Amino acid sequence: MIRIDSVTKRYPDGTVAVDRLSLDIPDRAITVLVGPSGCGKTTTLRMINRMVEPSEGGILLDGKDIRQQPVNTLRRSMGYVIQNAGLFQHRTILDNIATVPRLLGRPKQQARARAAELMERVGLDTALAKRYPYQLSGGQQQRVGVARALAADPPVLLMDEPFSAVDPVVRKGLQDELLRIQSELGKTIVFVTHDIDEAIKLGTMVAVLRTGGRLAQFAPPAELLSAPADPFVEDFLGADRGIRRLSFFPTTELELQTAPVVAVDAGAEQLASRAGAPYLLVTDLDGRPLGWSEPDRLTAGAVDTDRLLPYGRPFVPGTDSLRTALDGAVLSPTGWAVAVDGEGRAVGVVSQQVIGEAIRTAHSRVAEQAAEHAAGQAEVKAG
Amino acid sequence: MNGFFDLPSDLQHSYLGLVGLHLREALLPVLAGLLLSLPIAQLCVRFRWVYPPVLGLTTVLYAIPSLAFFVVLIDYFGQSETTVMIPLALYSLVVLVPAIVDGVRSVPPETLAAAQAMGFGAVRRYFQVQLPIAVPAIIAGLRVATVSSISLVSVGMLIGNQGALGNMLYDAQIYHRPVLAVNAVLTIAVLGLLADAALVLVRLLLTPWMPRKGAAR
Repeated sequence: MIRIDSVTKRYPDGTVAVDRLSLDIPDRAITVLVGPSGCGKTTTLRMINRMVEPSEGGILLDGKDIRQQPVNTLRRSMGYVIQNAGLFQHRTILDNIATVPRLLGRPKQQARARAAELMERVGLDTALAKRYPYQLSGGQQQRVGVARALAADPPVLLMDEPFSAVDPVVRKGLQDELLRIQSELGKTIVFVTHDIDEAIKLGTMVAVLRTGGRLAQFAPPAELLSAPADPFVEDFLGADRGIRRLSFFPTTELELQTAPVVAVDAGAEQLASRAGAPYLLVTDLDGRPLGWSEPDRLTAGAVDTDRLLPYGRPFVPGTDSLRTALDGAVLSPTGWAVAVDGEGRAVGVVSQQVIGEAIRTAHSRVAEQAAEHAAGQAEVKAG
Repeated sequence: MNGFFDLPSDLQHSYLGLVGLHLREALLPVLAGLLLSLPIAQLCVRFRWVYPPVLGLTTVLYAIPSLAFFVVLIDYFGQSETTVMIPLALYSLVVLVPAIVDGVRSVPPETLAAAQAMGFGAVRRYFQVQLPIAVPAIIAGLRVATVSSISLVSVGMLIGNQGALGNMLYDAQIYHRPVLAVNAVLTIAVLGLLADAALVLVRLLLTPWMPRKGAAR
């Protein structure tokens, strides 16, 4: 565990970048430091590998003061990913990734073999190994940055706005990739961003810092959304807090109805038996959804697929959250969401009302859990 | 005797001998200038306040006529090649120091931060990151310094036969053989072009990592 213990950073001109900050950063999880510019998040990150020395307070790594070991030994035991990747433009991709193993004195061949292995892990084509950074796109460079940070297999990864400089589509890809890599490797990651959505998506724990380097709130993302500590945090979280919080509620227990689902070749008898439902979901012969229709508009055996109503975005029960399910329901003019399996075949439908009940159930469960854990909650030493 | 490459005997060298001498008198000072500039530039990068006075000093040195240097240096080194080369080496600083400073400063801050964060010490960072990335700027400086040095060597004739190809200019005057002057000027120009081309080649070999014009991404 990394314990940041009442750390203050004051510059000679009197500016206070970080003000008596205390944080316990859990092992094998992603802790995100988020806040507006000037909140000291990067300064805090750089104090962990001593690129910045605190004016007061100290930082403990697994119970030991980080100043007890030589600074370069400390730094080589922590991967570091920076905005714009900061690659060595004069070295090939492979040699960039092999940097820290080489610093640690590993033989060149071994370091390069390890680098090639990492290229695959971060989703880079090994054909790029002999290229130079200028020949790669921004997203690819950032992947190289992540691979380089992982090369010596450090237990700790420090990431300073690593995905800020790439376009939103590439950023989403990199975020998903990071979550995948983290599920495989289980590193202790400290991640700095100014983007609250990124913080909520990636963080196991999120520390919101305010201008002047003071901690506003330190909590799991779901708790941040449901119970912001003060108006600053609430404001920083922005609009749609309630909707975004639904991302943390599972769809596992949603009760799906299968009766309103009919195949495109359904006979008259089958259609008649479903006439009670306000809408029927028509699927193709493989079971993939085509669209909604009112029952009396359907002709047995010959459905006109052009006249069906759109069904929005389907969700995968158990995998997707209530947010996706609700989104599907409000996107469709019928107010019903379509559930599909991994192959995209319809497995049932669910109405807005049922989703609404599921949301209320989830809320009350969270409230019960919060009450149970209130005593045992980790103490958050704010400001 | 009157061939284009036949030289008066008081020059004491064949044509090719003079070319060799000229290159030595021109290139050794640039090399010395480079070895001198590297630590000076590093000081200027490390301590920013050092740079303006250093820049002023190199400019002043450049403004001192070589004749003035010769007057002082002849007392110590006589009418020798050394006396010619010392001012040339000092002149090269006015180009090389700023070139190296700019080159080293052109390393992107995130590259430096990454190097620091990965545990590079200051010395390793200088030799493995800053200096290699500064190579294009350093060679750009070397190209100017080299060509200028090749042309400046000629003034060595002022202290008696130490100007290599420049001595031919003097002989052209006293023997009324303008063709010697033409030869000297053309040869010096060709040497400058060849030295410049050689440095461009060196840069291409040292920097496979630089974007090439028209190269596909």
